[in-house]
Order: sequence, then structure tokens, then C-alpha cells
Amino acid sequence: MSTLVDLVWLIPAFPLAGVLILMALGRRLGEPRAGWLATAMMGGSFIATLLVFIGLVGHEGDERETVLTLFEWVPAGKLAVDIGFLADPLSITMALFVTGVGALIHLYSIGYMHGDADFSRFFIYLNLFAFSMLMLVLGDNLLLTFLGWEGVGACSYLLISFWFTDEANASAGKKAFVTNRVGDWGFLVAMFLAFLTFGSLQYGEIFFDVESNGVAAGTASAIVVLLLVGAAGKSAQFPLHIWLPDAMAGPTPVSALIHAATMVTAGVYLLTRMNPIIAEAHGWVPDLIMWVGLGTALMAATIAVAQNDIKKVLAYSTVSQLGFMFVAVGSGAYVAAIFHMVTHAFFKALLFLGAGSVIHGMDGDQDIRRYGGLARLLPITSMTFVAGWLAIAGVPPFSGFWSKDEILAYAYGENKVLWVLLLATAILTAFYMTRLVLMTFFGPPRWISGDAAGDVEAGDAVGTAAPDKAAPPHRHPHESPWTMTIPLVVLAGLAMVAGVFNLPFTSDVHFLGNWLKPSLFGNEGHLPFGGGTQWVLALVAIVGSLGGVSAGAAVYIRRRIDPARIEHPFLARAWRIDEIVTNFMGGPGRRAFERTTQFDEQVVDGAVNATGTLIRRAGSRLRVSQSGLVRSYALGIAIGAVALLAWFISRAGF
Amino acid sequence: METAVFIVCAAIVLAGALGVVLARNPVHAALSLVGTLFGMAVLFLNLEAHFLAAVQIIVYAGAIVVLFLFVIMLLGVDRLEDLSVEPITGQRVLAAIVGLGTFGLAVAFLVTSDIGLPGQEALTGPITDQYQYSNLRQIADVLFTKYVYAFEATAALLTISVVGAVVMSRRIARADQAQEAPESQEAAGDD
Amino acid sequence: MVTASWYLILAAGLFTIGAVGLLVRRNPLIMFMCVELMLNAVNLTFITFGRELGDIGGQVSVFFVLVVAAAEVVVGLAIVVAINRRRPQATADDLSVLRG
Repeated sequence: MSTLVDLVWLIPAFPLAGVLILMALGRRLGEPRAGWLATAMMGGSFIATLLVFIGLVGHEGDERETVLTLFEWVPAGKLAVDIGFLADPLSITMALFVTGVGALIHLYSIGYMHGDADFSRFFIYLNLFAFSMLMLVLGDNLLLTFLGWEGVGACSYLLISFWFTDEANASAGKKAFVTNRVGDWGFLVAMFLAFLTFGSLQYGEIFFDVESNGVAAGTASAIVVLLLVGAAGKSAQFPLHIWLPDAMAGPTPVSALIHAATMVTAGVYLLTRMNPIIAEAHGWVPDLIMWVGLGTALMAATIAVAQNDIKKVLAYSTVSQLGFMFVAVGSGAYVAAIFHMVTHAFFKALLFLGAGSVIHGMDGDQDIRRYGGLARLLPITSMTFVAGWLAIAGVPPFSGFWSKDEILAYAYGENKVLWVLLLATAILTAFYMTRLVLMTFFGPPRWISGDAAGDVEAGDAVGTAAPDKAAPPHRHPHESPWTMTIPLVVLAGLAMVAGVFNLPFTSDVHFLGNWLKPSLFGNEGHLPFGGGTQWVLALVAIVGSLGGVSAGAAVYIRRRIDPARIEHPFLARAWRIDEIVTNFMGGPGRRAFERTTQFDEQVVDGAVNATGTLIRRAGSRLRVSQSGLVRSYALGIAIGAVALLAWFISRAGF
Repeated sequence: METAVFIVCAAIVLAGALGVVLARNPVHAALSLVGTLFGMAVLFLNLEAHFLAAVQIIVYAGAIVVLFLFVIMLLGVDRLEDLSVEPITGQRVLAAIVGLGTFGLAVAFLVTSDIGLPGQEALTGPITDQYQYSNLRQIADVLFTKYVYAFEATAALLTISVVGAVVMSRRIARADQAQEAPESQEAAGDD
Repeated sequence: MVTASWYLILAAGLFTIGAVGLLVRRNPLIMFMCVELMLNAVNLTFITFGRELGDIGGQVSVFFVLVVAAAEVVVGLAIVVAINRRRPQATADDLSVLRG
């Protein structure tokens, strides 16, 4: 069976082949063959992952970890980095949903990107992204993970700015890039520190070193905090979350694949991967991760309540759900974090693709105030969207309930205040998702007549284009082609049933937990209470979700409360964090940059210019000696020869 | 006998050399050079270098000097050079210093070196005593074994220099003609 | 009795005359001849030392010097011809276009 696991190199090889083929032949293949090729590559990658998965299942629990070294990459003295793949339960779980969801989104993109002038370029980026993401996940050392980390960042940048002719899209890409650089700095320094401490970047060697020799708590804390900075950048946690909502400028399949399902979970993956280091850190470090996650989750949920752009709502929802995962990592519930990551990948990808289908049907309009009553016209989209809504809202037996409930249970075990706030976030989640669904698919249509104009002033979200009051939108919403609906249906099915991956009833049906055990080295936390408390907590969570849903219904269907009172401008402006950042960077930040520039111009450039001037002046002096007269040169040679002769004689030592 | 030959030949060599340097007419200089080369050939014979003496006559006196004369005649540069003026300031003074330095230092080296003046005995008794072979065979023995790569390299060197000389002295269309008829430039270049 | 020193001193004198001539004369053809003088002086030294040390290598070196001298003259005279075609009667001092 070990032969199947050795196929792990095929997983990233497929998308890489796709990139190379499309780069060479993409334009000639044209639409839609370029898309089909890319999709086939992702499908191949998924099948390869499945085979590796089957191979791993065939192994005994502790042997489910295989390192396949392809070749030596950086042999530099003590630093020896190989191109090697680590196939263990954690990485293969990630690879499974990355390739699976990725293949579906590739398929969806064929329909969504129909008619785009840069059809094949889009699929090059998409395949390149998948390759980078798989390198990130499967790399057996920190540097290879970092390579993938930067690769997905670059692809994210390229795809956000895909329609770069629009200034806003281009600057959204730059914002994502710059914000991510801040996080990458943390990752880099953490990597240096890890190498300094352990003398290796390979996970296996680091963890072995930690196990056998231990590591100082201070060092471990520093590494984890720096990794947290990196993870917060990639996974859009406070205060580095500001790029994700703007990243919605990219095509919707990109939002689904990169900014919901896969790339943004890289931070959670990294922290989970490094769990032995977290276990060695000071006690406050996991708490920090937890509170960062909670703060982000709660803040993003409140912001999502007041957004009017369908993709922005989903973006803040993603930030919020990622916060849940960080809470899980911080409270030691790594399994719950990965579980939520998987279910979230399903239902959030579904919601984004559904949103894309709606946007597709509404000719590119993204403002939910001009939606309404679409359920009848987009039957498949609305049905699947509802499945995603129920999953994220935490209504049993949809998948989101099971994963969120597990995180809530661990939070309760960790800290009661934490639990209350997290539960509030969950209720808010149910509320804003209900709002989104009701405003999009139900109620009176607001796109034939112009009566949306009245709602417009209520809260104009930052970055959302102001609705065009002058021309009431006349639209002909239509269902999307089958390439787009099939992924929706598949994802909806997964979003409904993915809860069975990890049922909480007995330890036997805790499949994911048992499966991931070898990757967690026994660092998984344990609930400090029995099944009874768990039942009560689950019941409270169900009541909370249903309460959130009915509150949403009360506001947005029965109009018990004026929505304008809930959608406070402060929330619509995302707590003014963007403005604070802008003001800081425009004020003290700018002055600091100017001082740096001054230093650069006067001291650094000055030194360079002075060297140049010196050489030029010396040159113009020496130029005179080049008379162009051959005989003068010959004289020079002769004098030199005589001088040499004199020197030899003086050295002869008679 | 050897002494007499040496003195006569040395006088011819030096006289020829001075003739090369001092002659105002290039033809005279070339003829003086022939004298020097003949003297050298005799000195080579004196030193038992029979093969090189022959080569000296054939190659130098026969081929190279003839080539010099041929170029002089071809270009018509046999006009007199005015040696009374020197355009470059200090050139002659420095040249004299260099000459004195070279000669003086070389002789000083000979005189003062720790082995003393080499060859205190007369240069009698041929090299061949050790080998019992002719001079030509000795050279050939070494040339085609130890120095065979260098020998092959000289073949390449000669070929390259011949090709280079042909390329350089090829008559290329003159610039003024090319300016008059720019469209024929390519055809002229292929000439 | 002629010793090796005599030959060496003669070679030194010949070399000096050639070097001074090279520096003083302006006609490129005569400058070439002076170079030949210097080469001949070196040849004489080679043969003298080869004789003195009983080594045939001295004569082999002279053989190579002769070949290189022949190649040098061929290329050098070709250059002279090429220059003369462009600037008739040019002396070495006239060719100072590459002045710095």
C-alpha cells in the first residue's frame, strides 16, 4: 500500500503541468478548452489525493506519516532544505478539500468566466494558485510551506486585480499584497528563529527535537507569536483583516476558492501544524490566539450585519468564521478547527458560488438592496444557497452546526466569558445570513421598479458603489448554465452532510478526530466536562441559531424594527478601521517614510554618487595619459621592463 | 678561429642593427636588416645550431625581409624620414635612458650574478656529444614528442594569421563611393 | 677564447639598439624591423644558454619564436597595408585617433 502514498508528488504536479501547458498554449486553446484543461488537471490532482488518502488509511495509526523527498533544494552548510512532501492525515485532509473544492470551482469558472477576454490567463492563475496551495499544505519543511505561502499570496494578488483596468481592483490587489507582507514578515522571522533554535526547518526534525530535548518556553512563545502574525495576515485576523473585504474585487470564483475555502485557512493550518511548539509556549500564547480569534469573529460579524454588497457580507462572514477557527486553535481544539475549516470550505464556497450565480443572473449587480424575490427565477441557486445559509447559521443537522458546536463546547471549557461572546457571534452570524438570504431571494423584487431608492441612503458601505438612483434597474434574472449549477449542487450536498465526518456522540464516530490524531502528537485538548453538559450546550447553540434566524426574519420580513437602526453607519464602515489605518499611515507613518526617504537620498545615495563622482574625476585626470601615440605606449612598456629588470637584479641576492 | 668569426659577425650584426635604426630610407633599413640576419646565422653556426642557421637564412632573410621590401615597394613609402625632429617631447631622452638601462642592467646582471660570468671555458665541444645525433634530429625528437601540442598550435596560429591578413588587406569599397550610392552598399560589402 | 658572456653581451647590445629604434623611429615598417632585431637578440640568448646548459630546448624555443615572428610580420604588414590604403604615408604618430 505504501506505493499509493508515494504518489503524493502527483498532487501538485497536475496543476503545475496545467500552468505550463496553459502558459504555452493557453491562447491557442482558447475558450472553453483552456478551462476544461485546467479543470481536468484539478480533477487529476483530486484523484491523486484520493489515492494517497486510501494509501494512508491502509497504514496503522502511527505510521500514517510519510516523507517523500524529491531532491535537495538548498544545501547551504547547516541549512539543508529539500523539496519534500509530507503526507500525513493533516496535510492530506487539507489537500483533499483543496483539490476537491478547487476542482468544483474550476468547473464553475468555465461558466462564470464565459466571454472574458482573458479566459486562459484566468485559468493559468487558478492552476498556479492550486499548485502553490498544495505546496504550502504538502511541504515537509517551513521553507517549502513559505514558498507556497508566498505563491498563494502572489496568485491572490494577481486574481484580485484580475480585471486590472479598473483602478479600484488594482488597488485592492495592492492592499491585499501589502497587508500580507506584514504577516509574511512574522512568518519569516519565526522561520529564522526556528532555524536558530532547532537547526532545521523540517517539521519532522523540529518536532523530534522538541520531543527529545524540549525547548525554552520563551523561545517557543516567540516563534508562535510571530507565526500568529503571519497567520493573522493570511487568514485575515484583526488587525490584518482589512484586505479580505477589498479582495472581493476579484472574480467571484476567486473569492470562493482563495478568499473563502482554501488560502485564508492557511494560517489555521500553519498553527495546527506547529501544535507541538504551541504546546511548549507560555500559557498566555494560546490565550492570545483565542482572543484574537474571538475579537475578529465578533467584530466581523457585527460589520457583516450592515453590509449591502452581497460579496462583502460573505467576506466579513469569512473573517468571522476564521475567527472561530482561531478560537478553536487557541483552546487546543485543533480537530474542531480543522473540522470547521472543512465544513466552512464547503458551505462558504457554496455561498460564494451561489452569490456569483446571482451576480451572473443580475448582470453584475452586487447590491442586495436591488435584489429580492429571486427564489422563483433562480431555483437551483436559491435552493443550494438556502442549504449554505442553514449550514453557516448552525441549524442542525447541517454541517456548520456540528463544527461550530464543537468549537463552542471547547470555548465553554476554556472560559465562560469567551463562550458567551462566541455564542453571541454565532447568533449574529445566523442573523446576518438570514438578512442576506431574505433580501436576496425573498420579499418583493426591487429590481424592476425603482423603489430601492428609498433604502439607499440608509447605510452606504465603504467601497460599495452608490446605487444608481437615476435609472431603476431593469433586469432579466436567469439561471446559470450547468457548469455553474453542478458545483453548487455538489457543494450543497456536502454542506448538508459534512457533519458526519466528526460526530460528537461517541469517540468511534469522532472520525476526523481519530484520523488526525497522529498529526497532533497528543496536544489535542480535552473537554473538562461530561456528555450532559455537552447536550445542554448544544441545545443552547441551537436555540441561539434559531433565535438569530427568527430575529432576522422579524426585522427583514415583518419589519418589526427599522433595519436602519441596526445597520449603523459605524458598522457599515467596518468600525472605521480602514480610516484609522489611513490616518495613521497618512500622518505619523508618512512622516516616518519621508524621513527614511531623506536618509536614503542624502546618506545612501550620497555615498553612491560620491563614489561615482570621485571615479569620474580621477578618470578625467588620467585620460591625459592616453595620448593615442603608439610610441609613447611603447616607451611605457620599455620603462616598465627596465624597472622589472632592476627589481629582479636587486632581488637576485648576489 | 672561433674568436675571429665571432668578432667579424658581431661587427656585422651591430652595424646592420645600427643601419636599421639610423637609415632614413626604409629600403636601406631593410637591406641593413639582411646583414644583421646573415651575421646572426653565422653566429648560430658557431653555436652548433645548424638547423636554425638554415632557417634563419630561409625564413628571415629569404621570406620576411622580402616581404618587407615588397610592402615598401607596393605602398611607395620609400620616402625619407626626417630624423632631426622629434614630435613627442622627451621621447628621445627617455629612449636613451631606457637603452642605457637595458644594456647596463643586463651586463650588470651578467657581471655580478653569483654564478659569475657564465661559460668561462670556450664554447667548444658540440651538444651532440651527449646524444650522438645530428642537430636536426635532436630538435625533431623533442619537437614531435614533448612540444607536439605547441607545434600543432603554431600551425593553427599561422593559418589564422594568413586568414587575418587576407581579411584585413581585402579591398573594401571606399567610403565616398558608398555615400554616393547607398543602395549599392550591401553589394559592395559582399565584394 | 669566446665565452658565453660575449654572446650574451652582444645580444644585449642588439636588443638595446632594437628597443631604442622602436622608440625613436616613426615609420611603422622600420618599427617592425626593430622588433625583428629584438627578437633576434632574444634568439641568440636562447641558443647561447641552450648550448651552455647542454639543452636542446633552447633551440626549440627559437624555432617557435621564428614561427611566431613570421605570423606577426604577416599580420603586422597587413595592418600597415590597410592603414596606408586609408591614410597614405601615415607615420605611427599620425595614428592617434584613440586619444583619450
